[in-house]
Amino acid sequence: MSVNPDKEALIVRIAEIIIFELKLEDITPESFNPDLDLVDELGVDSMDLATVVLVLQDEYGITIDEDDYPKLSSIRLIAEYIKQKQAS
Amino acid sequence: MNTVSSLLDDSWRERYRRISALNIRSSIYDVTNQCNLRCRGCFFYSSQEHEAASEEMDLQKWHEFVGSEKARGVNLAILIGGEPTLHLDRVAAFYQTMPTYCATNGQIKVPRDRFPDMMVGISLWGDEEDEKVLRGKNTFAVSSKNYEGDPYTYYLYTITPKQLGRIGQVIRKIDDAGLKAHLQLLTNDEQVDGYSWTEEKMRDVRLEMDEMLECYPQTVISCKYYHEIITTGKMMGRSFGWSECPSVTESLDNRNPRPKRLIRFARWASDLKTQHRCCTSATRDCGTCKDGAAHMSWVMVNKREHLKSAKDLQNWIEVYEMFAKLYRFIPW
Repeated sequence: MSVNPDKEALIVRIAEIIIFELKLEDITPESFNPDLDLVDELGVDSMDLATVVLVLQDEYGITIDEDDYPKLSSIRLIAEYIKQKQAS
Repeated sequence: MNTVSSLLDDSWRERYRRISALNIRSSIYDVTNQCNLRCRGCFFYSSQEHEAASEEMDLQKWHEFVGSEKARGVNLAILIGGEPTLHLDRVAAFYQTMPTYCATNGQIKVPRDRFPDMMVGISLWGDEEDEKVLRGKNTFAVSSKNYEGDPYTYYLYTITPKQLGRIGQVIRKIDDAGLKAHLQLLTNDEQVDGYSWTEEKMRDVRLEMDEMLECYPQTVISCKYYHEIITTGKMMGRSFGWSECPSVTESLDNRNPRPKRLIRFARWASDLKTQHRCCTSATRDCGTCKDGAAHMSWVMVNKREHLKSAKDLQNWIEVYEMFAKLYRFIPW
């Protein structure tokens, strides 16, 4: 499987944001499983997501509608969402 | 880093998934400024909130308002007052549009042909003696007849310090009426003599609440972690108060840092324009507030803090399930 360095870097950066904003402990951006379900497994709720979304919007110059929150259930899905938003 | 899977077995994980999908967005509505009782300690009257706004009298405006609330994302209307059953057309405006809970003193029966499955919570402030002191009459005598055996009704039993050692008698009467009970504690807003809590009384009432849950598991809708939180006012080493309360009207919430809170929560006055500060009165001392829903919500919005251990997360699930049962998002 080919690795997209841009996307990998994006995934690590999103992990950094989530760890910092949600004050997660015992995890590093590099060890954060990008497919881990943030809601079902980490207990992230919509207020947590709103906190993360504010940073993502600023950093990537995109607008994220609250109706799209269910699409942001893992770091990989967030990365794909950001890529799509930037391309549109 | 703990994950849900690492902490819970299959059975608990299923319970977690069931409630995680609910996404409850509640708000509270004063249906009217009028009431057919005047209870000592009622926050609505003791804080003059009944004079905060003039009631909207145009029923069409109520329907339009409820529609706008639904569009705002609210999916649970909690109706309080005054006494909501004095204006059933306004209650119907909510009930026809979204899941609705009606808090009442039970002196007027909600007609079940018109509101077949609306959740009704009847306020009860103790046994006959306490009710006469605080509310001027034994409301249970009437409310228990009005709602006997009703599957969508429970008693919101506000325990007073005078009730210590006698809670079981009240629960038995509720059980005999074929109804459920949820427990909360009196906040003595009007400083009625003898009705304030002490630490010792709080310890005692917690034990008695636990005992009721064990003796009447089919009647008492509660859980021990909730008893711990509401009697100690502490959760995960933090103390309940203004800086922690989740039930503050969102547009009036200027706290910084902003704590975890109920998203889109608002409490509206009956003019449908004025908003109150929080789910109880703005004059209440948050440090002594014993509002049950606020304490439940405090736990619920702090989900990730409960991923510290399996027991913590199970406690969180039980509180969330209790809330969901009380508003009938899941069965008793």
